[in-house]
Amino acid sequence: MTRNTDARARHTGGRPRHVVVVGAGPAGLAAAAAALRAGARVTLLDASDRPGGQYHRMLPAAYEAEDNGRLHHGWDDFERLRTHVQSHPRAEWWPDSAVWALERPDDTTSAPHVHVLRGPADGTERYRSVLTPDALVLATGAHDRVLPFPGWQLPGVFTAGAAQALAKGERVVVGDEVVVAGSGPFLLPVAASLLEAGSDVLEVLEANPASTVLRGWSRRPWELAAQSGKAAELAEYTGLLARHRVPYRLGRAVIEARGDGRVEEVVTARLTADWTPVPGTERTVPVDALCVTHGFSPQLELPVAAGCALSEGFVQVDDAQRTTAPGVYAAGEITGIAGAPAARAEGLLAGWTAAGGDPSDRTVRDVVRRRDRGRAFAARLAAAHPIGTGWPGWLRPDTLICRCEETDYRTLRAAAEDPATGAPRAVKLGTRAGLGPCQARMCGPAVADLCARRAPDSAPAHDGLAPDRSVPERAVPGLASASHHRRPVAQPIRLGELAASPGRPPEEEGEHTDER
Amino acid sequence: MSPRIVPARTDAVRRRATPLTITVDGVPVPGADGQTVAGVLLAGGRLSWRSGPSGAPRGVFCGIGVCFDCLVTVNGERDVRACRRRACDGDVVTTQSREPGEER
Repeated sequence: MTRNTDARARHTGGRPRHVVVVGAGPAGLAAAAAALRAGARVTLLDASDRPGGQYHRMLPAAYEAEDNGRLHHGWDDFERLRTHVQSHPRAEWWPDSAVWALERPDDTTSAPHVHVLRGPADGTERYRSVLTPDALVLATGAHDRVLPFPGWQLPGVFTAGAAQALAKGERVVVGDEVVVAGSGPFLLPVAASLLEAGSDVLEVLEANPASTVLRGWSRRPWELAAQSGKAAELAEYTGLLARHRVPYRLGRAVIEARGDGRVEEVVTARLTADWTPVPGTERTVPVDALCVTHGFSPQLELPVAAGCALSEGFVQVDDAQRTTAPGVYAAGEITGIAGAPAARAEGLLAGWTAAGGDPSDRTVRDVVRRRDRGRAFAARLAAAHPIGTGWPGWLRPDTLICRCEETDYRTLRAAAEDPATGAPRAVKLGTRAGLGPCQARMCGPAVADLCARRAPDSAPAHDGLAPDRSVPERAVPGLASASHHRRPVAQPIRLGELAASPGRPPEEEGEHTDER
Repeated sequence: MSPRIVPARTDAVRRRATPLTITVDGVPVPGADGQTVAGVLLAGGRLSWRSGPSGAPRGVFCGIGVCFDCLVTVNGERDVRACRRRACDGDVVTTQSREPGEER
């Protein structure tokens, strides 16, 4: 892209447009760079103290690592981009910044006001700031989606993302005898990180059978060729697995974790194509850690707070990455799970447009192409690694569905099937599922899925608990509904912080290039 | 076996390990500057430090600040996500669990 004079002419009152970017992962960092290129003033903020997001999670500055890049793909490009953004005179980098609320202004055409808490995570000494940008780019990313299974609350059971964050982010490995299980290509880099750190990865289990995965990946092969970077990265992981003789088993899942006070063994089983466990195929594997992921949940509380419409569980954007909310743009995993290259392309386009750049400008044509290829890749991923409808087959009556409130499957099912309480909201209030500290971030999709299956008009199945096959089951989209994303307070804020008036401490004035 | 940290002297990323010490329920636990509180606890061999409403133990689950299973009290501040907070030398960490009837 070159500087666009049309865009620069659109500056409000001769001053550069102010673009606030929330999230400094691949999408947010790219958005910041593109907005700068279009002439805007940019504030880039992230809850972490270093840019990179989960994909390029950096080692702490205090580690003074000489070769952080060996843990990453595309590190040199990332380093160039972050250095460019962090040292740019029109950019401000706000680390340790949690956006706890977005406030829609009375005049309905302006971007929301951004309420920020700055300081160490969950500290009492943080200070409040309010930003009033001309445009807001949301690039808040995603976290692991984990389906409940018996024993998933045991210490030593980690999300795949946790294992990755600890290994890449501070060189802590979760265990020495590890099983990595669930669904999706993310299983591979997690296994690779564990191997790199010297752990023994016993096996990697993809729940979908080879037929589903191959059908999804081999559909329209020219799309895959266009994502050659990602394909090469995945090939490298499978090569590493092969060298370490780690079995990659398709159509198999961990259906239970067992142990006294911590995970000691996992039970795996073969699954049918719809993820129903096949009786008699169970195997017990001794482990000291289990890493599990069944896909990703987009972090939607800020888009929802901004009033952005959702479509099939993701933020709805137009061809220029505009959401339906005035002045709000979205990029990366919150618009669809497609990986870092697609997130970068979306970020570039979102930042450019947010800064007043013309999305049909010929200088962004290549970015648009990459974005479109990224979206095709997302569709392919979803087709290759769907969540099967049969997963409740591995639940037992006493399996916890809501980790925070310890609501079990029996209680949830009973509430969902009772005509008096069966509405999702009543189920939530009646069972407390989703009302604990995580505010349904972990169990929300599973609760929504299980409630959608209730069939009060039909006879209960033999044990009253197994999913009732006599009625057609609703397919499970990325997320069943947006309702569990509505959180008026997007991040925890303490009463003392709420009472304090917002402002910036004097020593922060003029800060532009805080390197931390 | 338990979680562990890759030793700095053999770590291929060639990094520094500046020692720090925090106390956890009064017991000193060594760590390295830059680690999170959760990282210090895990690397020190501790897999769980909180319990769910039933009293069953919980440890780190999501590792990125979403699940709230790793909450601790740091220097008197309750409900700090251990996976998100960098440890500082001398931090006084106490473990905490949900109180009966507590809403959050």
